[in-house]
Amino acid sequence: MPRTLRDVVFVDGVRTPFGKAGDKGLYAQTRADDLVIRCIRELIRRNPQLPPERVDDVAVAATTQTGDQGLTIGRLAALLSGLPKSVPGFAVDRMCAGAMTAVTTTASGIAFGAYDVVIAGGVEHMGHHPMGEGVDPNPRIVAEKLVDPSALVMGSTAENLHDRYPGITRERCDRFAVGSQAKLARAYAGGNIQPDLVPVATRHDELGWGLATADEPPRPGTTMTDLATLRTPFRAHGRVTPGNAAGLNDGATACLLASAEAAEQLGLTPKMRLVSYAFVGVEPEVMGIGPVPATEKALRQAGLTIDDIGLFELNEAFAVQVIAFLEHFGLADDDPRVNEYGGAIATGHPLASSGVRLMNQLARQFQAHPEVRYGLTAMCVGIGMGGAVVWENPHHADYGKDATEEVAA
Amino acid sequence: MTTTTLSSTIERLAAASTDERVTSFHVRDVDLPGGAGKLALVTMDNGFDHTKPTTFGPGGLLRLQTALDDVTARADAGEIVAVGITGKPFVFAVGADLKDVGSLTDREQALALARFGHAQLRRLGELPVPSFAFLNGAAMGGGLEIALHCTYRSVSLGVPALALPETFLGLVPGWGGTYLLPNLVGPASALQVIVENPLSQNRMLKGPQALELGIADVAYEPADFLEESLRWAGRVLTGSERVNRRPVDRDEQAWEAAVAQARTLADARTGRAAPAPYRAIELVRLARTADRDTAFAAEDEALADLALSEQFRSGVYAFDLVQRRAKRPAGAPDRTLARKVTAVGVVGAGLMAGQLALLFAQRLEVPVVMTDLDQARVDRGVGYVHGEIDKLLAKGTVGPDRANRLKALVTGSTSSQAFVQADFVVEAVFEEMAVKLQVLADVEAVVSPQCVLATNTSSLSVTTMASGLRHPERVVGFHFFNPVAVMPLLEVVRGSQTDEATLATAFATAKQLRKTAILVKDSPSFVVNRLLGRFMGEVARVVDEGTPIEVADSAVTGLAPMPPFVLLGLVGPAIALHNAEMLAAAFPDRFYVSPTLRRVVEAGKSGFYLQDRGRPRPDPDVAALVQVPEQPVVLDREEVRDRVLTALADETRRLLDEGVVEAPQDVDLAMITGAGFSFWNGGLTPLLDRSGAASITGGRFLPPGVASLPGVGSQPGVRSRSGDADR
Repeated sequence: MPRTLRDVVFVDGVRTPFGKAGDKGLYAQTRADDLVIRCIRELIRRNPQLPPERVDDVAVAATTQTGDQGLTIGRLAALLSGLPKSVPGFAVDRMCAGAMTAVTTTASGIAFGAYDVVIAGGVEHMGHHPMGEGVDPNPRIVAEKLVDPSALVMGSTAENLHDRYPGITRERCDRFAVGSQAKLARAYAGGNIQPDLVPVATRHDELGWGLATADEPPRPGTTMTDLATLRTPFRAHGRVTPGNAAGLNDGATACLLASAEAAEQLGLTPKMRLVSYAFVGVEPEVMGIGPVPATEKALRQAGLTIDDIGLFELNEAFAVQVIAFLEHFGLADDDPRVNEYGGAIATGHPLASSGVRLMNQLARQFQAHPEVRYGLTAMCVGIGMGGAVVWENPHHADYGKDATEEVAA
Repeated sequence: MTTTTLSSTIERLAAASTDERVTSFHVRDVDLPGGAGKLALVTMDNGFDHTKPTTFGPGGLLRLQTALDDVTARADAGEIVAVGITGKPFVFAVGADLKDVGSLTDREQALALARFGHAQLRRLGELPVPSFAFLNGAAMGGGLEIALHCTYRSVSLGVPALALPETFLGLVPGWGGTYLLPNLVGPASALQVIVENPLSQNRMLKGPQALELGIADVAYEPADFLEESLRWAGRVLTGSERVNRRPVDRDEQAWEAAVAQARTLADARTGRAAPAPYRAIELVRLARTADRDTAFAAEDEALADLALSEQFRSGVYAFDLVQRRAKRPAGAPDRTLARKVTAVGVVGAGLMAGQLALLFAQRLEVPVVMTDLDQARVDRGVGYVHGEIDKLLAKGTVGPDRANRLKALVTGSTSSQAFVQADFVVEAVFEEMAVKLQVLADVEAVVSPQCVLATNTSSLSVTTMASGLRHPERVVGFHFFNPVAVMPLLEVVRGSQTDEATLATAFATAKQLRKTAILVKDSPSFVVNRLLGRFMGEVARVVDEGTPIEVADSAVTGLAPMPPFVLLGLVGPAIALHNAEMLAAAFPDRFYVSPTLRRVVEAGKSGFYLQDRGRPRPDPDVAALVQVPEQPVVLDREEVRDRVLTALADETRRLLDEGVVEAPQDVDLAMITGAGFSFWNGGLTPLLDRSGAASITGGRFLPPGVASLPGVGSQPGVRSRSGDADR
């Protein structure tokens, strides 16, 4: 029986301010699940046209799924958010691309006809769950030399990427990082970040209650001189520093996706339309290159080329991997279409939550750039993967004109 | 008293207190959403988790002063646009520390504490910027008052307890409560919170009710209560949201009517025996016209008077009994000796048995088998329990699954064989020794040697009952009070052969049943029925000698929850007569069986009063049964009260001398939880000490200061069990 695919739209997305992981961080004494619950409640509150019982599933990603990120976090977060008990939920893990995978997986369910409306997001409290917490790597990794042991240390994979692209120097990476900080500061000044932030009450037993209303990691005004002094923790005399990489962070995100029909029926205004997505595996020891083949695949599926993309939201796990991407596609390090609001080097990167942050920012940029038709969100993923999602701008004059192309027979 | 001397008095009090859990007032700036500016957010936190709620002692109040100094200066400097105050998770604040107030020895100290509390709390309402209270959790007494001082309030819909319970214990909400609350929500609602709720088993409001009453301006769900409250504060400050309050009707007549109604209620509940509610009512009355300074000064005086009142000291003592002693019954064996109860048997299928079966099924969640002589009785008994479960279902107390589960747990049988699995069998058959002996022998033939055999006897000897058994050590008394679901007390009776494991199992079971268990010696009618029997007997004797019933009833107001002849109707004349007869048989020299009562029972009357539109009215038929003696002795109220208290003092002393319970505290706990005796009398013995009735027994029951003011100069000593005054 022929089945018609349905268009999937990104209706709305929010996130908590991101915090620095650790005892002194914003969320040192705030639970991870509470962060994602705040996001889900905010989505429901901001979209009163949506009856909560119409949410068909809640997918929440977390890299470490124990403790306050455990117990099938999507389901539990749905319950604790006050969604009706009839709304199911599940947990997702694709390391850094957790939230991105939560989005693409549930979007596929929408396209298939299994869902009308979903909530997808992610959370990572790297203070409560340091990277590699409780992992037990299979001894075959070493015995059979299946994977270079450096693949498990993300900073080392970034150094490996420098080896592959000798032209990408530390100086270029530092300059990119300075740009990221400056762009985020400008975005904050322009009020482009705040609208999608959910304030979070943060309790600390010695300081009392506070309220998180802005990201904690950014260092506005960072200069090349500041960065030049930083050490390279992953390799002696290496190139990757805490200044040209994303830090260890706490935060959560969530977004509302719907079929185009359901959105229209419920009066939900699409901010983006999903065009295509792809995840691709690469050599784990140079995982940072992942976005390149993932983007190529997603573009191929959409029948587009890199030239069709007018806005890029690339996760800045490491400056080197973003620059490698730009170099591959012939884009300048400071191309204004890339990460207009800065990136993870400035905002922070709470692993599994970051995918939806990219989408939030792209959605806002779409609004400001009706001349742009297509945008890309892409990120590298630990253990050697890349993820890329191509989106269409509803504000563009030609929006939806050739949507029938996606109808499969 | 100047501010400086006030502070130094409080500093001295703080220094003297070694065990105050000093509350911190952390101040942190938050950027209000919507660009409303900076709010200084104060968090009240004593550094412990929610099981130890935040209280205000002298040390805490000094820290509050420092925090308020800080925010006031910053508000003056224009650095903040508002001040907010909230609590640690699940708790806002529960007011003054009772231990502190209850240990004050000097009126000047009490006055200083009252004034200093006022001086600090009122600053929240007198800042140059608006203040917000975010009621995130339990808020009581001074905790709620601190919120009332703020300009605005939000409440979490999840708050389980919000109250001004002061009059329950013998104080008034004296840090602004009696002035601020009526001026916020009107006198009727205020008096409901200040007087009616405390005098109704200390009832608490929940979050939604606080919103309805107008105590809070808005309410938010607990999941993001503080975030939404701060957003709301931002909207209020920027003017994008207006706070609407119902105007308070300041009409004098309406105000006085509310005050009069509260007085009527206080009369009904306390018989004017407790001063605190009346002081509170008077303060609310004053609040209509008084300015803040006058009103707060009047609260200070009331607080100082009451903090040094006998009734408050007894109230604190009683509160401690039900909070602490009730949880660790005196004389109970090591709880690790308790055996697991996985199935229960109830012998009998009458009304009492049905209540027991229901309670065991609800609380223990194990199979309960009821037995009786024939199938019809068994069906009636099980049918009663299932019917009660249906009522719970209809009320929504239990859901359908739970109702199914409970019904499946309660089954019936005509054979003791059904008890073969039982670990705990309780008998609730007719109060007749021969019947009990037969029943226990039948059960013993079926059950395991360890199975506990409990008897719900109210007066028969547990030791005698056990005597015919192969394992008398497993028999224990388990005496409930009617109605079983409501009355907290359970007298656990140790027979002369009852072993530790049996006793431990009985106490563990009592705890699971959520009853207040008290260990009593096997003795006629144990504690509550014995003392009530002596009490009622003495009142009956006075009446039979010629004093009118109404005089006798009004003479003892404030002692029991209702006048004795009204109580008699509730208990049932037949049961009261039976109790009197049992006791008179045991102690013929002291206990009195009233011929009038016997005639009332024979006439089949259900009590001495008729219910007339909710108010008791003497039944003329019963009045005709009272035979006035030829030479009537008509006593006045004072004389009746003396007679009754003297009798109670005598009986209490005997009971303690016989070792029926370990200490006077157990008598008081029993009378509070089993007979509804009043907190402001500390149950019974503090009243007997206070009134002087104890002196006829050779001394006080409790040393001065335990449930009373420490006192000055020479006080009569406490008589120990041996009979000598030891103090």
